Amino acid sequence: MSALIEVKNLTLKFRTDEGLVTAVDDVSFTIDKGQVMGLVGESGSGKSVTAKALMHLNAKNAVYSPESKITLHTENGPVDVLSLKTARELKVVRGGAISMIFQEPMASFAPAITIGDQMVEQLQLHGDLSKAKAKAISVEMLDRVGISDPARRFDQYAFELSGGMRQRAMIAMALSTKPKLLIADEPTTALDVTIQAQVIDLMKDLVTEFHMGIIFITHDLGVIAQTADKVAVKYLGRIVEEGPVREVIRNPKHPYTQGLLAALPKLDDLDAPLTPVAGDIPSPLERPSGCVFHTRCPKIIGDVCKSKLPHDTQVDGSHRVACHLHTEVPA
Amino acid sequence: MSETLIKARDLSVGFKIGSGFFGKSILKAVDHVDIDIEKGSFFGLVGESGSGKTTLGRALLKAVPITGGTAHYADGEVDYDLTTLAGPELKDYRKRAQLIFQDPYAALSPRMTVRDIIAEPLEVMGLTKTREETDARVREIAAKCRLNLEHLRRFPHAFSGGQRQRISIARALVSGPKFVVADESVAALDVSIQADVLNLLKELQRDLKITFLFISHDLSVVAHTCDHLAVMYLGRLVESAPTREVFKAPRHPYTKALFSAIPSLDPDDRGSAQKLEGEIPSPTNQPPGCKFHTRCPFVVDRCKVEEPVLEHPGDGHEVACHRWRELADTLAA
Ligand SMILES: Nc1ncnc2c1ncn2[C@@H]1O[C@H](COP(=O)(O)OP(=O)(O)OP(=O)(O)O)[C@@H](O)[C@H]1O
Ligand SMILES: Nc1ncnc2c1ncn2[C@@H]1O[C@H](COP(=O)(O)OP(=O)(O)O)[C@@H](O)[C@H]1O
Ligand code: SF4
Ligand code: SF4
Ligand SMILES: [Mg+2]
Ligand SMILES: [Mg+2]
Repeated sequence: MSALIEVKNLTLKFRTDEGLVTAVDDVSFTIDKGQVMGLVGESGSGKSVTAKALMHLNAKNAVYSPESKITLHTENGPVDVLSLKTARELKVVRGGAISMIFQEPMASFAPAITIGDQMVEQLQLHGDLSKAKAKAISVEMLDRVGISDPARRFDQYAFELSGGMRQRAMIAMALSTKPKLLIADEPTTALDVTIQAQVIDLMKDLVTEFHMGIIFITHDLGVIAQTADKVAVKYLGRIVEEGPVREVIRNPKHPYTQGLLAALPKLDDLDAPLTPVAGDIPSPLERPSGCVFHTRCPKIIGDVCKSKLPHDTQVDGSHRVACHLHTEVPA
Repeated sequence: MSETLIKARDLSVGFKIGSGFFGKSILKAVDHVDIDIEKGSFFGLVGESGSGKTTLGRALLKAVPITGGTAHYADGEVDYDLTTLAGPELKDYRKRAQLIFQDPYAALSPRMTVRDIIAEPLEVMGLTKTREETDARVREIAAKCRLNLEHLRRFPHAFSGGQRQRISIARALVSGPKFVVADESVAALDVSIQADVLNLLKELQRDLKITFLFISHDLSVVAHTCDHLAVMYLGRLVESAPTREVFKAPRHPYTKALFSAIPSLDPDDRGSAQKLEGEIPSPTNQPPGCKFHTRCPFVVDRCKVEEPVLEHPGDGHEVACHRWRELADTLAA
């Protein structure tokens, strides 16, 4: 396995009127070629911000810590993503080696330009292609994602397509430049389960076919179980647990991961009560000391949780967790 | 023993749209629906986007005009014919029937305190006479929705998705409604917030004796929450029964397909489920015969020409499919 992208000690704060707000806190992970990583966590846990950092795409008020490092491995050697500045330098991580699909497909299509023209434009921006060749590739891609009558759809506008079709068109556009890493930020959250099932199937086929790495962001653990090889669980900007998807779902170690699983409605036991994670997610301005989860943790050990940040502990192979229950607490 | 709170027969809602070649055309959003909602029940309504759930809910709240059929509301105190309701009686019905939007990003006015947001319906409907009375009522309902005094003084932007949900719920319930339509937007809530909201709604159903019409995309959520489940497709009710019956043995191929599409939490159970192909047809261009026939894996010639009606087989498990008897074993498996 060779690493496609390595994220090391990524910390990102936003400058706001109310002060600095931490969105990502000392996050490290690696995605290999052809690997699908799921990223789960409550809304506001910093999933989207992390994903955008990989494309160096966060808002102007974003401040990265000096330790933050993101390395993308390309055919032409490693790229230090956070040092890219000009539009020309950034091309490789924005639609070149990295592509992104969003939760709301309308947002990624300009309303007044046909889907085809946007796909062609995108392709020509990233490769030396004639218009005719770019059109041929686009139509083929639309066909590939299961859009019927692709030549006609090519000339339509995004608003003329149904929700599921739009999502497919967006996937087609994101994949047309043959990215090495695809970032899918809640790509199925706005879809019906029926259409979600179709899109999940499509994405699985595409991984096999194009051998890309994928970051699949969602708050639905079922979707993760169906798509990912490994999963990282985020809470308040930190990765609290990471490991192979089977391990994390069957044998969750972090109280927060356990809480997320307990909150899920289960079809095989309709009488089981739904147990939400107690309490509310703290405001980003009131970041808890010590373990960031201690204000809601049902298994809190004591003062150590309130004062000392738990470090990653390897529990089993590549399964790691950041919780004092799993560290040797020094006497 | 059980009383019916809402009873609708052949209920239809059509919207006039565009001005085509032949003049205006009608979009049938709700099409000849029979529905009985028992008093005190938690009634679930599911179906894909565009199947008419919201429109049916809004029709029962008299928020969109009913264009065909009948609908009655009877809570023991009043008995209203919703098709003709007007004037002071309609105003009274607005207190008794309320809508909750299940959307954590729902617009809560940023310039009003939480107290004022919750109090607004009382003031608009003139339900309280003094500020003290309003405050008491707001505090009471806020407490039931697990919001404290500190929360009431603050502005909504400072709240998390879960808290915003509780604010919306308190606002909907402050007028003391007996019937509440809880409509979930497509973008689902986080699982933890969702579990919290569901538990809260169930508590309120028990404590305040509210009848809920719970609209959702998520069958697994409905299964955990609702006593009764109805499934809609293209404006039609295709199946309706006590939740457990539907789970044990769905009778409509569409219901079965909705179950199969729920992503399994078991990583080793990938893609075993039978997937539904294609998308829900446009309501302006509805297929003839059974509306589901363009996607149904069990379609036969008859389905393409003759529309099945909702059958009432006598066991309380209603279904609209020509082949439900012969498919029973296949679908229950
Ligand atoms: N005011 C209106 N004018 C015209 N058409 C409408 C109107 N309101 C709803 N519709 C149409 O009626 C149909 C049913 O819509 P409805 O909102 O009831 O569906 P739904 O089941 O609630 O969908 P979702 O799951 O997306 O909320 C849709 O085709 C919709 O576009
Ligand atoms: N431009 C910005 N300015 C200030 N805060 C921001 C900005 N973008 C995101 N945030 C904050 O960063 C945190 C993480 O956001 P996000 O990554 O969107 O969460 P998620 O995708 O997990 O729901 C949130 O508290 C959010 O409000
Ligand atoms: S470190 Fe303590 S508070 Fe944090 S998750 Fe572990 S037990 Fe809970
Ligand atoms: S009537 Fe025919 S097409 Fe319709 S659901 Fe039944 S079998 Fe399928
Ligand atoms: Mg996000
Ligand atoms: Mg709706």
